[in-house]
Amino acid sequence: MADSNGNKPTGQALAERVQGSQAWSSIFRPGSIFRKGYSDSPRNRSYVIMNSVLYHLHPVKVKRHAVKVSYTLCLGGLSFFLFILLTVTGIFLMFFYRPTAAQAWDDILTLHTAVGFGLIVRNMHRWAAHLMVLSVFLHMARVFYHGAYKPPREFNWVIGVMLLQLTLLLSFTGYLLPWDQLALWAVTVGTNMMGFTPVFGSQVRFVLLGGVEIGTDTLLRWYVLHVLMLPFVAVIFMAIHFWRVRKDGGISGPL
Amino acid sequence: MTEIPEHLRKRAEEARKKAAQASGIDSPASTGPSEGISPDDEPAVLTEGKIPPHLLDRSRAAANQPNPGEVPDPAGSGVPEARGGPDGHNQRLLTVVKSGSIQDTKLVPQDKVHVWPHLLVAEFLAALAVTLFTLLFSIFVNAPLLDLANYNQTPNPSKAPWYFLGLQEMLTMFHPMVAGVTIPGIGLILLVMAPYIDKNPSKAPEDRKFAISLMTIHLMFWAVLVMIGSFFRGPGFNFIFPWNSGLFFEL
Repeated sequence: MADSNGNKPTGQALAERVQGSQAWSSIFRPGSIFRKGYSDSPRNRSYVIMNSVLYHLHPVKVKRHAVKVSYTLCLGGLSFFLFILLTVTGIFLMFFYRPTAAQAWDDILTLHTAVGFGLIVRNMHRWAAHLMVLSVFLHMARVFYHGAYKPPREFNWVIGVMLLQLTLLLSFTGYLLPWDQLALWAVTVGTNMMGFTPVFGSQVRFVLLGGVEIGTDTLLRWYVLHVLMLPFVAVIFMAIHFWRVRKDGGISGPL
Repeated sequence: MTEIPEHLRKRAEEARKKAAQASGIDSPASTGPSEGISPDDEPAVLTEGKIPPHLLDRSRAAANQPNPGEVPDPAGSGVPEARGGPDGHNQRLLTVVKSGSIQDTKLVPQDKVHVWPHLLVAEFLAALAVTLFTLLFSIFVNAPLLDLANYNQTPNPSKAPWYFLGLQEMLTMFHPMVAGVTIPGIGLILLVMAPYIDKNPSKAPEDRKFAISLMTIHLMFWAVLVMIGSFFRGPGFNFIFPWNSGLFFEL
């Protein structure tokens, strides 16, 4: 940081040069907090949202009570954040996992013993998954107790119940993947229950398992459901959910 | 959407507060003069505090002015002559129409805050806290990995994931079709339909005693079933006490 020619410290000069460059200002739109000469003004506060990708999620302003943590307990936002955390850790796990009965369990063991950060990332994936089930569930309870499902938000409640089910399905499909005793028998208990669906119980079970009993086909099927199909559907439902939150006038008012 | 910029709203609030304080001090003094105005020669409207004082003074002066045309009229012809004001005509303040009575303001300004920084900072901190919690928990507690799946060796007890343990618990009471399909199915349909069943428009807890009790009973019912299924079921899915027989529960 020493100045050789009596100029500004080199670090600061460099920062100014970079922030003044065409490339930099083409990346960060006006109002970005990373732009040169950002100052805290109402105009810039609006620009931060308007000129960033966050505008897809947040309006420029929200009602004052909407930012009270004691009202929402952050549960909806945390559910979404846990979904992102699970996506990130899940992608990491996908590099080391093959969904076949012969390889799945060994891959998890290798992940534990021979992959850098393998164990902790798997731990995070598992605990975040349980946490997400809990937070989605609590979010539903919170919304119910606030009466926030009342008009005009009825449909968003329906979407929310769908998302709760998707969360449970995501968690349940992931449960089988380690292919250990816990996975096999927990899923056996679960799918046996679904087999009692009236009229086409055995068909439902057959489609779910990809056969008459849990095996390597089930593993592949649930893997694809877990890493691709259910997240895809969940993202679509989430997009509708968040969009409706804004269309229905932000989060519900105080009691 | 009518919005007042935050700084203007704050300034207005301060000014209002100051005015409220000032009027609180002045009010006993100010009632004196308003009563002191001769009440017989002016209509009641004028005594209202909303009228600017210079208008009040002018109209009062106009009323008190002896009209040269009117006074020497002993004959009482009944034809009132035109009163002469400063410019030859007289103006009287008849009434003051308040803005609210003719202008209908539909949008009430809402109290809003900027998402940046107020909401984003809160969200960021919450996300950070959850990440830290997950990370720390993952350092100290490992995810379970039991032996390789084996069709020939059924663990005793075999339990579903914890969120399905309420259903598994009901399997001990009902036929599997009732416990595994009918009851959760009806429960889900009721849950989805809740906003269309609950026609009560009020959000206040005191108006929703029935809905709140129903939901609480429902949630407690499931929570208790999940707890029993998780901690109080041992080999053969028989009822046990975890402090006697140990835990049979894997997350």
